[in-house]
Amino acid sequence: MLEIKNLHARIVDDGTEIIRGLNLTVKAGEVAAIMGPNGSGKSTLSYILAGREDYEVTEGDILYNGRSILEMDPAERATSGIFLAFQYPMEIPGVATMEFLKVAMNEQRKARGEEPLKIPEFLKRVKEAAASLNMDMAMLKRPLNVGFSGGEKKRAEILQMKLLEPRLCVLDETDSGLDIDALKIVSDGVNALRSPDRAFLVITHYQRLLEHIVPDSVHVLYKGQVIKSGDKSLALDLEANGYAGVIGEAA
Amino acid sequence: MNMHPQPQRTPAETALIDAFGDRLSLLPGDGAVMLKRDDAIEAIKHGLPTRRIESWHYTDLRRLLNAVPDFDPTAVAKPIAPIVEGSAVLSILNGNSGTKLPAVEGVTVQRLTEKLTDGSIAPGLDTYGSDDAIGALNTAFVADGYFVDIADGAQLEKPIELQNLQAGGQAHVRLPVRVGAGAKAVIVERQAGEGAALTSSVSQLVLGEGAEVTWLIVQEQPETATHLAQFKAHIGKNAKLTLFVMNAGGRLVRQEIMVKATGEGADFKLRGINLLAGDTHTDVTMVLDHAVPHTTSTEVIRNVVTGKARGVFQGRINVHQYAQKTNAKMACNTLLLSDDGEFATKPELEIFADDVVCGHGATVTEIDHDHLFYLMARGVDEKSARGLLVKAFVAEVIEELDDEAIVEALEARLDEWFVTHG
Repeated sequence: MLEIKNLHARIVDDGTEIIRGLNLTVKAGEVAAIMGPNGSGKSTLSYILAGREDYEVTEGDILYNGRSILEMDPAERATSGIFLAFQYPMEIPGVATMEFLKVAMNEQRKARGEEPLKIPEFLKRVKEAAASLNMDMAMLKRPLNVGFSGGEKKRAEILQMKLLEPRLCVLDETDSGLDIDALKIVSDGVNALRSPDRAFLVITHYQRLLEHIVPDSVHVLYKGQVIKSGDKSLALDLEANGYAGVIGEAA
Repeated sequence: MNMHPQPQRTPAETALIDAFGDRLSLLPGDGAVMLKRDDAIEAIKHGLPTRRIESWHYTDLRRLLNAVPDFDPTAVAKPIAPIVEGSAVLSILNGNSGTKLPAVEGVTVQRLTEKLTDGSIAPGLDTYGSDDAIGALNTAFVADGYFVDIADGAQLEKPIELQNLQAGGQAHVRLPVRVGAGAKAVIVERQAGEGAALTSSVSQLVLGEGAEVTWLIVQEQPETATHLAQFKAHIGKNAKLTLFVMNAGGRLVRQEIMVKATGEGADFKLRGINLLAGDTHTDVTMVLDHAVPHTTSTEVIRNVVTGKARGVFQGRINVHQYAQKTNAKMACNTLLLSDDGEFATKPELEIFADDVVCGHGATVTEIDHDHLFYLMARGVDEKSARGLLVKAFVAEVIEELDDEAIVEALEARLDEWFVTHG
């Protein structure tokens, strides 16, 4: 589903190279965890997948379902099924959450050649998704993410993911800022979406999240490259021994 | 009104002076009113204000008003539906009030032409100062309007909508409104039309003790029209006034706002949206006087500038010497969406009391790229995402009004603007 080949990317503003020859393949149905120390390029990778303009790909390619996405803008990537759950979701005053959800869902439907949702059906879906994440509908009456706590923002991201039904879900440190209960709710939300035709890229610092969302593969990112890949036992090994050993091996 | 003698009259000045001579026999008014008119045209004879007059520095009326249309007795303006369904509508078509007045309990309406004829309105026709060009223009030519009196304690369930509609030519109207003690009302002032008209409109509001008024000015003139307007208010003891101004049209627009908090406990809120497009010039100028102790005010202006549009906000707050415990805050935020557009902001605080809280802030920004990325990352295409963000920037001010019917009505006007300018 996702094939990243020898990817090199830098920050447009100052030319700093962040991703330096990254290779990664994620198959449909797979949950791939990306781990790595601070500054290894994890969040940058998520932004590049979503199409943020602050980064420039200088070499290599990203294939999604066999097609390069480098020329696609963020909206085109999103409607083709790529979803990024942000580490720091934006607060956007003045944009009503419900209105935004409706517009976003209908854009996805339009891309799939489907009719816009009727209001009752839209409301039903939002209510069901919110209930499954223990979210109060009153929250959704507020402007987008405005006044939400860190944990509420993360839940709202997963809510959007449920409603938009993407094929490739990129979760950027979704566990940060969550207490144990919220972590469980969010993880259950993600697990419920696991399916043979959907892939996940779960970016995290800690093994903790991977106890709830059990990965099929684990990849260690360091200085913009995948330096080691393995199964879920690699995450346990990292938790016990830190990154130093793996980094030493690769050097 | 201009201290410097003008070497030569502009075509607009000549046209106004000639028109006054031609119209004189048609203008209603007793001796007192006609004297006010004479004074007013004298002021215009001294020349329209230029940028050398401080209050007109960003709107050089003499240069910008390069021509004025003739009066057009054949112009026929069409009434329009009120923004809130069920409102009591008072229309002025091409400067003329209607004879059929809606009956609303607790509200007395009189055609202004009658009050000009009997002279009872004469004291209100004085200009505000030597730089009051709009007041002078209006006093010279005003022929009609409505006088609205809302009785003490009246609680109006539906808004009163005052419509000033033009179809070309000139129209000069006045809308004096008195709101009695403890009364509550929503008043909508619509300024619209279809022609390349010159309109002047002066609203005069007096709020009695404890009265609560929300006054909405919705200005949607075509991009060929010149619209010069004033809103003057006195806010009595414990009275509350919320003034909402939406400018969404006009070639040359100046909306002046002169408000005096004259009773302790008076509260004034100004919320404004300027949606600027094309090759147009829009000026909102406010002078607010905190004249007594314990009064409060907040002013929030949001501007969206596209095309070659130019905008101005001048906000002056005077806190008089004995007006202790005044609390006043002013903010003017601009979203500049075009390299050719501009917006000038001039906040002024004149504080003569020593125990007050006053502040002001101004920002000019572009669309936030992080916000844009977030919306697009959810599949919203760039054009729609930009539209959502621009609308959000101004909708915030509307939502603050906290009255569902009004918020919906104003958002509908906002959508209308985005449909034609988005």
